[in-house]
Amino acid sequence: MNTQMQKLGMVGVKHLLAISSCKGGVGKSTTAVNLALAFKNLGKSTGLLDMDLQGPSVPRMLNLHRLESVKATREGKFLPPQNYGIKAMSLGLLLADDQSMVARGPMLSQQVNALLQQVDWGNLDILCLDMPPGTHDVHLTISQQLSLDGAVIVTTPQEIATMDTRRGMDMFKHVHVPMLGLVENMSYFLCPNCETKHHIFGEEGQARVTAERFEIPFLGSVPFEVDNRIAADSGQPVTHLGEHGHRLAKPYYDIARKLIELLEAKKGDAPGKVSIEFED
Amino acid sequence: MEAVKNKLVVLSGKGGVGKSTVACQLALGLAKRGKKVGILDIDICGPSVPKIMGVEGKDVLQGEGGKWVPVERDGIKIMSIQFLLENASDAVVWRGPRKDACIKQFLTDVQWGGLDVLVIDTPPGTSDEHITLCECLKGHPNTGAVVVTGPQQVACDDVRKELSFCRKLGLPLHGLVENMSGFVCPHCADCVPVFSSGGGQQLATDYNVAFLGKIPIDPRLASAEDEGVHFADAFPASETAKCINSILQQIEGKLVS
Repeated sequence: MNTQMQKLGMVGVKHLLAISSCKGGVGKSTTAVNLALAFKNLGKSTGLLDMDLQGPSVPRMLNLHRLESVKATREGKFLPPQNYGIKAMSLGLLLADDQSMVARGPMLSQQVNALLQQVDWGNLDILCLDMPPGTHDVHLTISQQLSLDGAVIVTTPQEIATMDTRRGMDMFKHVHVPMLGLVENMSYFLCPNCETKHHIFGEEGQARVTAERFEIPFLGSVPFEVDNRIAADSGQPVTHLGEHGHRLAKPYYDIARKLIELLEAKKGDAPGKVSIEFED
Repeated sequence: MEAVKNKLVVLSGKGGVGKSTVACQLALGLAKRGKKVGILDIDICGPSVPKIMGVEGKDVLQGEGGKWVPVERDGIKIMSIQFLLENASDAVVWRGPRKDACIKQFLTDVQWGGLDVLVIDTPPGTSDEHITLCECLKGHPNTGAVVVTGPQQVACDDVRKELSFCRKLGLPLHGLVENMSGFVCPHCADCVPVFSSGGGQQLATDYNVAFLGKIPIDPRLASAEDEGVHFADAFPASETAKCINSILQQIEGKLVS
């Protein structure tokens, strides 16, 4: 395994965490970016690898611009650029704005391998992988190439979303990737004018039911506010100023703390811990 | 497929912007206006069409010559991988060649019959499914695409790539739709640009594509889809239904009769 991790430039990475959902548009990348920043601000050295080759959102969300040049090590591996104190890599940093990976599965899998093998992450406590939607070749390739410590599943409350999310979870069961928990994103919308709650993506609680069905922890809910969308579009995530820097940051920090406990318990970093129980 | 007059492909580079919603609303609306309509769901990993159309879990039968008989709802013929799964929540984790074979079968081995329009719902991205579909439809007359975006920059970034993809593969573009474009709070009537505003219009201008219109968020649409109810029928006075209708009329104008 060490040889494989060395080949992938990940020998110094303690924990590999996928942020995933079969369903597109539920906020995987937003969640991945905010969790990565929360991990970092909670004292964990963090990286974020954007595995969405056809719709890479991470560069915009982290205010990272297209790379004119990439620094490399003597071994020829790329050194990932940094912002907000985290290392990040994405195909979006290497392509022009309207350029996409128009490619079939095998070619995409090759590109995944290249992205996995060509970056030197150095020493990191947590490397987050922002996964693309669906259950494609790319997902199989990632599961086969990497020994993921776990996956965080993201969904919105709507039945159409949780239906697809359950498919993604079924896939992780089949490829033996442990699911650390479920996050319900866009739980409700808060009108910025009158602060009334609206369930524009269905009633809250569907994710909790799904988590119970798959016997995995329900990690928390994140409401949908305009500020989070503005943050994503402008490259200033709501978590970048710390837990008290924005009212929307707290849910991400709460989820991040739970994930750190789960990851460290798995790897035996915290001797003596037998089980993790969350009190909501 | 020879007896299908028009093929209408609904695409987006971005997931979750409402491709399936737009595809189904177009199919339902065109059928209501007297057209013979089919809807083909080629999202193998996340098939949403059966749920939205209220036909989840139905069986597909084999007819003459071993061809599949599509499921019907209100005269609309529907085909999706979801009908062929043993369990609705089963993951379909197929590599490319198997997905290609399935899509080709959906196009050639389904008894579509004589249709005025076949609406084709696609997954996000520009991969196997999209390439195979474009290859199969190449040379077929009266094929066009409607591209769906959200208004926010993160969505437009991806949809930009989809527009380039369509141009690259020679798929004619009927136009661009901006979905989830603002939310009118029923409590204070303030219109909130939930996902920003103007991104779709700008994208259409940048790419010299017709801007077909915006569809605002109506929370009742999500519930209607979860229950398989035709939203525009149930809430015809809603702003969202009116906007969908306007887009429908423009698309109908681009179809061959």
